[in-house]
Amino acid sequence: MKQQIINILQEIRPEFDFSQNFNFIEEGMLDSFDIVSLVTTLDEKYHISIDGMDILPENFATVDSIINLLIKNGVNQ
Amino acid sequence: MNLKFNNKLITGILTILPANEVKFEDEIANYNFSEAKSLKLKMAMGYNTHRIVEEGVTISDLCIFGFNYLFEKEILKKEEIDAIILVTQSPEYFMPPTSNVIQGKLGLKQDMICMDINQGCAGFEIGLIQAFMLLEQEAINKVVLLNADVLSQKVSKRDRNSNPLIGDGASITIIEKTENKNSIFANIKMDGTAFDALIIPAGGFKTPSTPATSEMIEDAAGNFRSLNNLVMKGDAVFNFVQKEVPPMIDNLLKYSGYQRENVDYFMFHQPNKFMLQKLADKMGVPYHKMPNNIVENFGNASGVSIPTAITFNLGQKLIKEKYKICLAGFGVGLTWSSILIDLGNLDFCEIINY
Repeated sequence: MKQQIINILQEIRPEFDFSQNFNFIEEGMLDSFDIVSLVTTLDEKYHISIDGMDILPENFATVDSIINLLIKNGVNQ
Repeated sequence: MNLKFNNKLITGILTILPANEVKFEDEIANYNFSEAKSLKLKMAMGYNTHRIVEEGVTISDLCIFGFNYLFEKEILKKEEIDAIILVTQSPEYFMPPTSNVIQGKLGLKQDMICMDINQGCAGFEIGLIQAFMLLEQEAINKVVLLNADVLSQKVSKRDRNSNPLIGDGASITIIEKTENKNSIFANIKMDGTAFDALIIPAGGFKTPSTPATSEMIEDAAGNFRSLNNLVMKGDAVFNFVQKEVPPMIDNLLKYSGYQRENVDYFMFHQPNKFMLQKLADKMGVPYHKMPNNIVENFGNASGVSIPTAITFNLGQKLIKEKYKICLAGFGVGLTWSSILIDLGNLDFCEIINY
């Protein structure tokens, strides 16, 4: 799942390397519009609807936090 | 705050939209999006076509055009109008109220009430609640609610947060008394501590417009806007809507005694498609019961978005049929409000172009 998420992030912002252990929000690698694109892609790929209350920057700061968000929204790791 | 009104009904809705269509593709160069990102956002947010007034067109132009259409068709008579409520954030003057200007230009009777209300996204609900309260008076039998905004003039063309979504327009809704027993349920909440979540910082008495407030400044995301432009804290507004709207609807349904399944349509304010779909998912409402197609077809014209959603999605069906409809508006103020109402057998329900 980790690599799948890195690939999705890479597609949204190809200019950054998401395999590195950065905080994507603090480093300016993802903005609010990127998060909208990411949520839409994750919803489609995993056949879920990420709860609107969970669409907070901190839940998209690292690959691990995104995985935790997916698990919370019913995706099996 | 829960509210209940008896023996009132809506008898007609007319939406007046500028004929001028602006396409997202023609504005992409204004924003710092890549083409791929633009296309993705177009799908997710509903960026597509929005209706924008030509330079010099004001809200009274749109409203008077709509009134004359109804007068000419003899659907509405001047002498029947006992009150005009105008909900807008784009008044023609600080003083006088634009509703008085409209009354004067139309030659309506003096024995009536005109009032402007400064509200936006929840402006349809606020206006209806005010209309229902006025109709408690013996002397008032017919109220005309106007929702009108031309806020495109206050949005920077280089602000990707707001410009692709903004729309201009007006609506005319007629509210009357009825002998038929019915009940309309409503609720409303406000939170002025977040007054700056949606704001035009300069131009009022607090910060008058000056050459300095007209200066375009780039924000962290690469948007350019001045203090004279509308600015929206998009993340904060999104989270406010997701947090407050579902429990508001639960509360309204509980107060009214109706089940969610008994509601035919959820006609909600439409800031963008993504926000509406997330609300529908959270509330377990199928998308066809909560239309989200106004931003992509016309743009978000603030308090006009719900009348537009009704006239565009139901239109002539509402002449013959009757539906139980849940209305909800949320945004500037912050303000959030919802109404459960039977809507149907209308005298008119359509969109016209200005």
